[in-house]
Amino acid sequence: MIGLGRGTGWMKRFTWMLAGIAAFTAAPAAAQTVAITGGRVVVGDGSEPIDGGTVVIRDGRVVAAGAGVAVPAGATVVDASGKWVTPGIVAGFSRIGLVEVDAVDASNDIQADTSPFSAAIDVVPAINPLAASIAVNRAAGVTRAVVSPATARSIFAGQGAVIDLGSDMQPITRARAFQFIELGEDGADEAGGSRAAAHVLLRNALREARDLRLPIGSGATRERPAAEAPIEDISENPYILPDARRPEDVLLTRFDAAALVPVLQGRQLLLVHVERASDILQTLALKREFPRLRLVLVGAAEGWRVAEQIAAADVPVIANALQDLPSSFEQLASTQSNIGRMRVAGVAVGIGMINDDEARQIRVSTQYAGNLVGIGRVPGHTGLSWNEAFAAITSRPAEAIGLGGEIGSLRPGRRGDVVIWDGDPLELATGVEAVWIDGVQQTLENRQTRLRERYREPREGALPNAYER
Amino acid sequence: MKSTLVAAAAAAALLVGCADRTEGPAAASDRPSDRGSTRYTPPEDPYPSTYRPYPGAPTAITGATIFDGEGGRIDNGTVVLVDGRIQAIGGADTAIPEGATRIDGTGRWVTPGVIDVHSHLGDYPSPGVEAHSDGNEVTSPVRPEVWAEHSVWPQDPGFSRALGNGGVTTLQVLPGSANLFGGRGVTLRNVPARTVQAMRFPGAPRGLKLACGENPKRVYGNRNQMPGTRMGNVALMRQTWQRAAEYRDRRQREPNTARDLALDTLVEVLEGDVLVHNHCYRADEMAIMMDMAREFGFRISTFHHAVESYKIADLLRENDVCSAMWSDWWGFKMEAYDAVNENIPLVHNAGACAIVHSDDANGIQRLNQEAAKALADGRRMGIDISDAVAWRWLSYNPARALGIEEETGSLSVGKRADVVLWNGDPFSVYTRPQQVWVDGALLYDMNDPRLRPVSDFELGQPGEGDVK
Repeated sequence: MIGLGRGTGWMKRFTWMLAGIAAFTAAPAAAQTVAITGGRVVVGDGSEPIDGGTVVIRDGRVVAAGAGVAVPAGATVVDASGKWVTPGIVAGFSRIGLVEVDAVDASNDIQADTSPFSAAIDVVPAINPLAASIAVNRAAGVTRAVVSPATARSIFAGQGAVIDLGSDMQPITRARAFQFIELGEDGADEAGGSRAAAHVLLRNALREARDLRLPIGSGATRERPAAEAPIEDISENPYILPDARRPEDVLLTRFDAAALVPVLQGRQLLLVHVERASDILQTLALKREFPRLRLVLVGAAEGWRVAEQIAAADVPVIANALQDLPSSFEQLASTQSNIGRMRVAGVAVGIGMINDDEARQIRVSTQYAGNLVGIGRVPGHTGLSWNEAFAAITSRPAEAIGLGGEIGSLRPGRRGDVVIWDGDPLELATGVEAVWIDGVQQTLENRQTRLRERYREPREGALPNAYER
Repeated sequence: MKSTLVAAAAAAALLVGCADRTEGPAAASDRPSDRGSTRYTPPEDPYPSTYRPYPGAPTAITGATIFDGEGGRIDNGTVVLVDGRIQAIGGADTAIPEGATRIDGTGRWVTPGVIDVHSHLGDYPSPGVEAHSDGNEVTSPVRPEVWAEHSVWPQDPGFSRALGNGGVTTLQVLPGSANLFGGRGVTLRNVPARTVQAMRFPGAPRGLKLACGENPKRVYGNRNQMPGTRMGNVALMRQTWQRAAEYRDRRQREPNTARDLALDTLVEVLEGDVLVHNHCYRADEMAIMMDMAREFGFRISTFHHAVESYKIADLLRENDVCSAMWSDWWGFKMEAYDAVNENIPLVHNAGACAIVHSDDANGIQRLNQEAAKALADGRRMGIDISDAVAWRWLSYNPARALGIEEETGSLSVGKRADVVLWNGDPFSVYTRPQQVWVDGALLYDMNDPRLRPVSDFELGQPGEGDVK
C-alpha cells in the first residue's frame, strides 16, 4: 500500500503522485518537474515568507521559489493553497542513521570503543538509509542531516558526513565533510585526564599529519588547493602508500595521521565540541598555530559569554537550542538565550542535536526553533525572529557545514528538498503533508504509522492483530 | 553549650512529633501490626513534611481562557486565589473580593499547575556528576527500604527551571529503574527549600517504584546474579511479594516480630497506603504485572514510560491503571522500539487514564508542549480531544495517580491555588508561563527578575540569575 503518513483529505487529492513509491522501496523514483503553487513559501535564508508563492523543482533541483514564478509546461502541479512550503529541515548535528536501537550494541555504530583507529574512521560505511529513525524523521520534514561519529578512546571521533533522509539506498550527500573532535570535558577524559593533555594531543597529531611525507616519485601533490574538493577515501590517500616515509616518534596510526592531512590543509572542516567559554577561546586560538584550520564550534553552551570573539574569528557555531541547565561544570552559564545572543553579536549559528536527541529525534528541531521564537516574549531573553529561527534549522547549519550552496534553502540551484506543512512548521500542532528529497516525492510511512494503524482498535477481531497490515 | 544543644534537639523532636500528628491523611495511626508491640516502633511518618505555604495576596485573574484541569473550559473566565486556595472560578461575573490584586488575563490562559508524576530532580541533579548520582541503589534488585527523598538535593537548579519554564508546581521524585523494587518515591511541592522535608507535599502518599524489563535483568544479569531474564524479574518479584505477605501476617500474629524496613514498605503497599509506580514499557509485561497485582492483592497506580500502552489500552481501562507516557521519545532501547506518536491519545480514547510525564530535567520544562504534540497527532488520526480535556493529562490525571487529587490538579473551589498564567495558548510552542503560584504564593513572574529563584549551586557562578 501507499504510505500517506499524516495524510488528510487534501493529501488524497494528489495521492496519485505517490503511485509507484512503495513503502521501504530500495530504488529512488525518478525526479519529476513539480510546481507547488499557492502556498506560503519560506525560502529558509532568513527572508520573509512569501504568500501565494510557487516553488518549481526540476531534475532534482530547485529552479525557482517565490512570487510570480511561472509554472513550466508539463510540470506536475501541486496546489498548496493554505499550506506552508519550505525547504526540508537540516539537522546541524546528529547521529542519525548510525544506530537502530542505542542500547542494542550490535545495531549501534556511533562509536568504536575498542578500535585502534580514531581520526581515520569514516561514518559512510555505517550509515543505514533504512534505519527506522530515518523514515520517522523524514515523515516529520527532516531531509538532511550532519552525521558525526562519537569519540571513544581518543579526542578524534573520525570523519562525519552529510546525508539525506530519502527512502533510497544512496544516502550520502557529502562524504567525509568534517573531522569531529572533543576538546572539553570529554576530550580531557579521552586524552588521559586533562584539557591540557587534550590540547597537546591535538597539536601533536596535527604535526604528525604535517610530517607525513609522500613517497618519492609518487606523483601525488602535497597540497590540494580547492577547499571544496571532495575528501578522498582513506584508501586513496597518498600518505598511506607503502613506502611513504615517516619519523619514528609517532602516536597516531598512519591511517589516522593521513586522515588529518586535509584538516591541516584546510580542505576538511574541523568540528570541535566545546561548551565552556574558556574552551571556546582556546579552540579559536588554534588558528594562530594552524592558520588554515576551518573550524566549526559544536555545543558552545557558554558561547554567549565570548560571542564577540567567536564573531571576530568568523567561526560558525552549531549549538543546542534549549540547553539551560548547568548539566556539567562546562555548561554553568547555559541559557536558552545563548543562540539569540550569539546571533546578535554577529555569530553565524545553527541548531544541532548535541544531546539525547542526536540519533532519533532530530525531528524536534522545529519545536526547538519555535521555542527560540517564544522566549523573545520573555523580558531579558534574546530569542530569534521567526525567519531566523527557521533559518537556524535549514540554511544556517547547511552554511556552517559548507553546503549552503547545495541544501538548506529554496534558492535556485539547491537540491529539491521541499516540505509542505499544514500550518506554521514551528508550531506543535503542525503536520507534514508531503516531502520531496532531491526532487523525489517520499513516502511518509514508517514503522510507527504502521503500528498506529494496527492498534487503532487494540482488541483482536476475528484474527489476531498479527494479521492486520 | 552542650546542654543548650540537647535542649534544642529535644524541642526540635517535639516539633517533629507535632508535625507528625497534624500532617494529613497518610499518617494513619492504627495499623494492626503496631498494636501491642513492645519493640521500638518508629513514628508513623518519620521525616515529616515541614512545608508551609508561602504568603500570597488575594488575587483575581480575569478575562482569561481557563482550562480547569478536569476537562472544563471557561472563556473570558475569572479565577480567584485567596489564602492559598481557589476561592472562586467562573465567568466574567465572578465576584472579586475587595482589595484583591487584579491581573488582566486577556489573551492569556490559566491552568492548574503542571504535575510531573515521574521526575528524578534532586536525586539525579544538575550538574550530573558522579558525586550526585543518587537515584539507583544498585546493590540489590530488591531495595524497597530506600526512599528517594533521602537522595533529593534541594539545590538542584532543575527545580527552578521546571517552575519557571514548565509551570510545574508538584512533582514526584522516584528512584531509578535499575532495581525491581527501587524504593519509595516522594511527592514534592516545587518550591525552593533548604531541606527536602520543606518540599514534601503534606499528606501525599508515598510511592513505590517497581521496574519491569531490560534494566533490572541487565544490571544484575551482568553480575551473574538474579534476575538475568524477564522470567527472573517476575520470579524474584513474586518471591518478594510472598515474603511481604507472610511478614504482614506474622506481624499481625506476633507483634514483636523484628521490623524489616524493606518489607514494611511492601506491607504499606498491600494495605493501600503506598502507591505503586511501575516502570514498564512493553504491553505483555504490563499484562503480567496486572496479574501479579491480583495475585498478591495490591493495586498498580500507574505504568511509567508505558510506550506500548496503546496495544492494551482496553486492558488498562478494565484494570483502572494509569499510563504515564512521553509524546514521541523512543528507540533508545529495545523495549522502547514500538513507540507511536499517538500513544497518549489512543490510551485516552480507549477510556483509560493518560498522563504526560518527563523522566527528564529538560522534558519537565515542556510537558505542555509534549501534550500539544500528542494531541495534534491524535487529531490527525481522527481522535478528537479538546484542548481543555487534554489538560487532564498534565494535572488532574497525575494528581489522581499520586493520590492528591482532592488537594490539587484542578481549579476547583477549595483546592490548593496551584495556578499558571500562560502568556498565550499553552499548547503553542511560542508560549511560556507568565506567572506561577504555588498554594497562592507567587513564586515565578517572568516580568520580575526578583521572582527568579537561584539555587545555592548557581549563586556566584557565571549566569547567576539569568533568564534560563
